[in-house]
Amino acid sequence: MLEPLKGLFRGSRGGQPGGLPPMANGGRAPMNGRLAEPSVSRRPSRGLEEFFVQIRDTSGLTMLDLGGANQKNLSFIMDLGHRLCSEDFVRILNEAFGAEDGGDQTNPGRIDYFLKQTLDYPQGHFDGVLIWDVLEYLHPVLLNAVVERLHYIVRPKAYMLAFFHSDDKLEMVPNYTFRIQQVNELEVTLHGMHTPAQLYNNRSLEKLFSRFESVKFFLTRDRLREIIIKV
Amino acid sequence: MSSMPPARFEADPRGGGSATIGKAVKVVGQIFSREDLYIDGEVEGTVEALEHKLTIGPNGTVRATVKAREVVVLGAIHGNVEAADKIEIRKDAKLIGDIRMARIIIEDGAYFKGMSEIVKPEPAKVAPKAQATTPAASNPAMSATPPANSSEIKR
Repeated sequence: MLEPLKGLFRGSRGGQPGGLPPMANGGRAPMNGRLAEPSVSRRPSRGLEEFFVQIRDTSGLTMLDLGGANQKNLSFIMDLGHRLCSEDFVRILNEAFGAEDGGDQTNPGRIDYFLKQTLDYPQGHFDGVLIWDVLEYLHPVLLNAVVERLHYIVRPKAYMLAFFHSDDKLEMVPNYTFRIQQVNELEVTLHGMHTPAQLYNNRSLEKLFSRFESVKFFLTRDRLREIIIKV
Repeated sequence: MSSMPPARFEADPRGGGSATIGKAVKVVGQIFSREDLYIDGEVEGTVEALEHKLTIGPNGTVRATVKAREVVVLGAIHGNVEAADKIEIRKDAKLIGDIRMARIIIEDGAYFKGMSEIVKPEPAKVAPKAQATTPAASNPAMSATPPANSSEIKR
């Protein structure tokens, strides 16, 4: 399915904003590559279905989508009567740390800047979060800061949907965007490949979300693990 | 008889009937428009075109609270936007702020960051049946209100 990757890309989702602390790693070589033509497919999603089961009988909820704004997700969530907050998490990650292999994600100044740009919301502000696969772009220090912030800004008993690759020996993983087709189906666009910051097994995911009330796993056929996290 | 040729009038390529802030213009303050408004320059403050369409051209940069019937973004808006009808964010456009509208169109390649909320359009007001026509009502020139097509800039 993958065509040869058309070169390396640098900062395709935005450049380096001014006024940031300098990067400490000096910029390592990127492992990321982008397809000339994105490949679009559909896949059933039990995780998405479970996520919507939790919110189907309510309206007026405030949801957060970390995958960036797109027509399908906006229309779908708002047609259910909810508000949707869109954050292009990976774009801002690249702006804050550089697109190159994740940059130096341990720099406290950059971590603060990044959290302010993406997750600067009051306690318990959201009633649900579509995380998708964005946590796979984060190195441990930043990942823990993000998970901690999510725990703070999402109200107790609310749900979050996240995807992780289930093969923890992969060197490259697909760079996807996810669009809601229906309650149990996603349109998945493959843009290229990227080096995962880290890969997870079930045990490491349980540990990552240990302060949350529960974590529920849905295994799929395409090596993408879907999980529902209850805050 | 005059030998002067008749003055040539070129219609606005966007269909006419709209005010334009050109790309070399910067406005700081409040804009109230009673006609469609096209901003291709720079605006800071507030923009209101409550019953009209507001278009931010590809060179337009608006740092303002925006209210209009319809908002089309090809450039950049930094601020909250409210549209009684629709908001359209075109490819390569950028909108950072919270938006409220009856419907939204966002093209691939557009960047939006903020909260989206659907507001139901207000039911159309039923116009009261006209009584006897007064001279003032039948003659716009005698109306106390400004003409329908006008834009006002306050500083």
